[in-house]
Amino acid sequence: MAEDRIAVYFCHCGSNIAGKVDVDKVVAWAAEQPNVAIAREYKYMCSDPGQDLIKEDIQQHGINRVVVAACSPTMHEPTFRKAAAAAGLNPYLLQMANVREHCSWVTVDKGEATEKAKRILNAQIHRLPFNEALDPIEVPVNPAVLVVGGGIAGIEAALKLAATGKKVYLVEKNPSIGGHMAMFDKTFPTLDCAACILTPKMSAAGKDPNIELMAYSEVVEVDGYVGNFKVKVKKKARFVNTDTCTGCAACLETCVVRKVPSEFDQGLGKRSAIYIPFPQAVPLRATIDAEKCLTLKGKKCKQPCVTSCGPGAIDFEQKDELVELEVGAIIMATGFELWDPGQDARYGYGRLDNVITSLEFERISNASGPTNGEIVCKNGEPPKSVAILHCIGSRDLNYQEHCSRVCCMYSLKFSHLIKEHLPDTEVYELYIDMRCFGKGYEEFYRRLMDEGVHMVRGRAAEVTDLAMSPEEEGRLIVKTEDTLLGIVRRIPADMVILSSGLAPAKDAKAVSQTFGFGCSGDGFFLERHPKLEPVSTITDGIFIAGCCQYPKDIPDTVAQAGAAAAGALALVDNPTVKVEPTISYIDPEKCAGCHICVGLCPHVAIRYNEELKVAEVITAACKGCGVCVAACGSNVPQQHGYLDNQIFAEIEGAMAF
Amino acid sequence: MRYLYYPGCSAEATGKAYDISTRALMGKLGVELVELDDWNCCGATSYFSVRELDSFAIAARNLAIAEKQGDEDLCVICNACYTTLAKTNRYMAESAEVREAVSGALGAVDRTYSGNKPVRHIMDVLVNDIGLEALGEKVTRRLTGLKVACYYGCQYSRPMGDFDDPEFPVTMDKFFQALGAEVITDFAGKAKCCGGMMMLTKEEGALRMCHELLKGAHDAGADVIVCACPLCEMNVEGYQPRVNKTFGTNFDMPVMYFTQLAGLAFGADPKQLAIDKQIVSCDRVVAAIPA
Repeated sequence: MAEDRIAVYFCHCGSNIAGKVDVDKVVAWAAEQPNVAIAREYKYMCSDPGQDLIKEDIQQHGINRVVVAACSPTMHEPTFRKAAAAAGLNPYLLQMANVREHCSWVTVDKGEATEKAKRILNAQIHRLPFNEALDPIEVPVNPAVLVVGGGIAGIEAALKLAATGKKVYLVEKNPSIGGHMAMFDKTFPTLDCAACILTPKMSAAGKDPNIELMAYSEVVEVDGYVGNFKVKVKKKARFVNTDTCTGCAACLETCVVRKVPSEFDQGLGKRSAIYIPFPQAVPLRATIDAEKCLTLKGKKCKQPCVTSCGPGAIDFEQKDELVELEVGAIIMATGFELWDPGQDARYGYGRLDNVITSLEFERISNASGPTNGEIVCKNGEPPKSVAILHCIGSRDLNYQEHCSRVCCMYSLKFSHLIKEHLPDTEVYELYIDMRCFGKGYEEFYRRLMDEGVHMVRGRAAEVTDLAMSPEEEGRLIVKTEDTLLGIVRRIPADMVILSSGLAPAKDAKAVSQTFGFGCSGDGFFLERHPKLEPVSTITDGIFIAGCCQYPKDIPDTVAQAGAAAAGALALVDNPTVKVEPTISYIDPEKCAGCHICVGLCPHVAIRYNEELKVAEVITAACKGCGVCVAACGSNVPQQHGYLDNQIFAEIEGAMAF
Repeated sequence: MRYLYYPGCSAEATGKAYDISTRALMGKLGVELVELDDWNCCGATSYFSVRELDSFAIAARNLAIAEKQGDEDLCVICNACYTTLAKTNRYMAESAEVREAVSGALGAVDRTYSGNKPVRHIMDVLVNDIGLEALGEKVTRRLTGLKVACYYGCQYSRPMGDFDDPEFPVTMDKFFQALGAEVITDFAGKAKCCGGMMMLTKEEGALRMCHELLKGAHDAGADVIVCACPLCEMNVEGYQPRVNKTFGTNFDMPVMYFTQLAGLAFGADPKQLAIDKQIVSCDRVVAAIPA
């Protein structure tokens, strides 16, 4: 075997690393280490000239092992491994030494940072002689794509992919697709009717031959890997045969259980136990709410739904159904939840009548909503004064630190709608800052000021019904500091709208675990890189779009959905994909066949060979998690790229001085 | 059941009725209160605002004594004492700087404190240690028909919220519901400030705050306001004539320590509970309770 000739490259990363680590000193030291043939520094190793340094040294100086001391391998290991491969070196003979995230960014003292950088680097110099050349494993790609969530993000992504001829499964947990956007009245700043722009897309998604719509369904299990996911979907029983139901709604009129709070109307309207959430629902099929239906609860009912149904579609015997799908890529578009303002007792939500959430106001102002679009208080009277309170549950360290990005604008939209319906009503917007950042948004803000809306700069402190003057009697009073006037104000209002922030779905964490990626500190799905890979996750082949990633408005959501569709297409449009060869293997000569690893493998990637009486790794299923390696009592399973001798050498290097 | 008991300075002066009624109530409930030896001021209000570290040291002296005196939790009746003592524990746990300075101060008087003595508000003890169900069973004279406004005050659960919501506490509501009273659960002023020490420095501002509280309770139809803090009690009860004069109102609202009203429910007589010491007569409250 040829002698090891290691080249060391130390990246300044501008001042990110060089500002803390004495680069000259570390490089001079590295040049003296055993097996190191070349040690260089460069301002930005990831740039083309930086990568060229590696290529030239490999080709001209017989370099056969490389360590790049720079950022985290999750950032640029692929970049440098590609460069090495381009120069003819097996990419797995290149290691990263993370001297940025693990060193310069987290160390205060310069001397200590320099010493730590030497240790981190030394670990890799010691490891490299043990690295083996590995070849990526090429696996076939299933061209179908699963889209989870049927809001505007999921619909848009599904339509884009379907247009390329790919098979798309669109899974939605509710009886209809449409998501939150279907509940809105108008959209800011153009005031398009939300239904007018959304329903054509919903209907297109329902009709597209390439889209298999699975509404009232939930993903329960995900296995496999990039290009080859196996997904189990539970199709919840609707107790209505969707093939024969025509969506005529005759059953809705006859159902005897009529006072179920409508989820779609935010509980302000009522629906029957058999229901279609809204008239434009896709698929336009009835669903029986098993918790409300008398028959399904085992009580007596004359079942007028059955007698009124011409096609005989009611089926009380229907059961949940488990469907298995095979797809090459997955797009998560599972959306958000409105932050529950009942958590902050000061605003009286749930306690004081006429304190409502923004989503409730959307339904009240919507022509197809529970009040037919009449903006009225609980007593049916139009409000003479409305206060709109911004940043409820947003920008608040007690609850959610993040800005929800859409509330300023939808609040302005509300003001406009109130002024349009009720020109004599006074409207107050209580804001911290106005964040009107999108196209046409600042212009909309200016327009609203001209429409006579009172802009009060101050976060509302409290909503109370304790009147302290005759004009306050019988009304709600919003207390706030007006920070422009420098006074404390009491603003009487008949209706208070809480502009609630956007929160991660309650099951976001569980869902992210089912699919095998993570959430960021704010609870939303974590993207692979906040700027450059905003729609990818750390799991290859799984993409994210819309508000499951972070609060965003409709234009941004649609743009992101397109980007996620393009990302998925770039994967599934190839016949094969290369996956990391850093998977485990079991030497049949050494395996005692004790079965421990078989049961522990989370990916069902180890099977027991009855004939040889040993465990075997299924190469295509192994994800390289290392559980079997750690669990085996006889130390038999080994993982390529993480062999015992490699790890021990790394530890020795780190602890050498 | 046994607790170390910290009455606090007010309980020896304006808030004497709170101390007397607490001892009577706990006696009826079979809870033994062992008064803390040689206790001093908790370090509240003025100290905290001007010399915070000094106030931690003052509070810690009480906690150091408590730690030495017994293993029982330290039960506190005054909201301000409770907050100050509990806050001292928290700061000592979270700041090495405070811990060192306080330990140094205690060392000068030959005392040590680990920072671990649990400080408990009496309402926390009643509701969470004895429990609402057990309390309900011990009631001998249910407060049926009595409309009660529970006035928690600003420091009852603020800022920590250890045993109740800081902004909209509910434990006292539940306590009096268990005793059979009709509680005004949406009493808007329940956790508002009474004006506190401002009554001495900027009376006009403090009166306005008391006015809001009295009006809230009055408009909601309260028969009585119950308090958990001597300063709240004094302001809301004692300043009613001045509120009336300033705002042209006509309040004559009975205000009691919650322990006084609760004591009645558990069979203590008004005299044992120092109810005759109240400024606004509580006779009609006592009379309204079914025998």
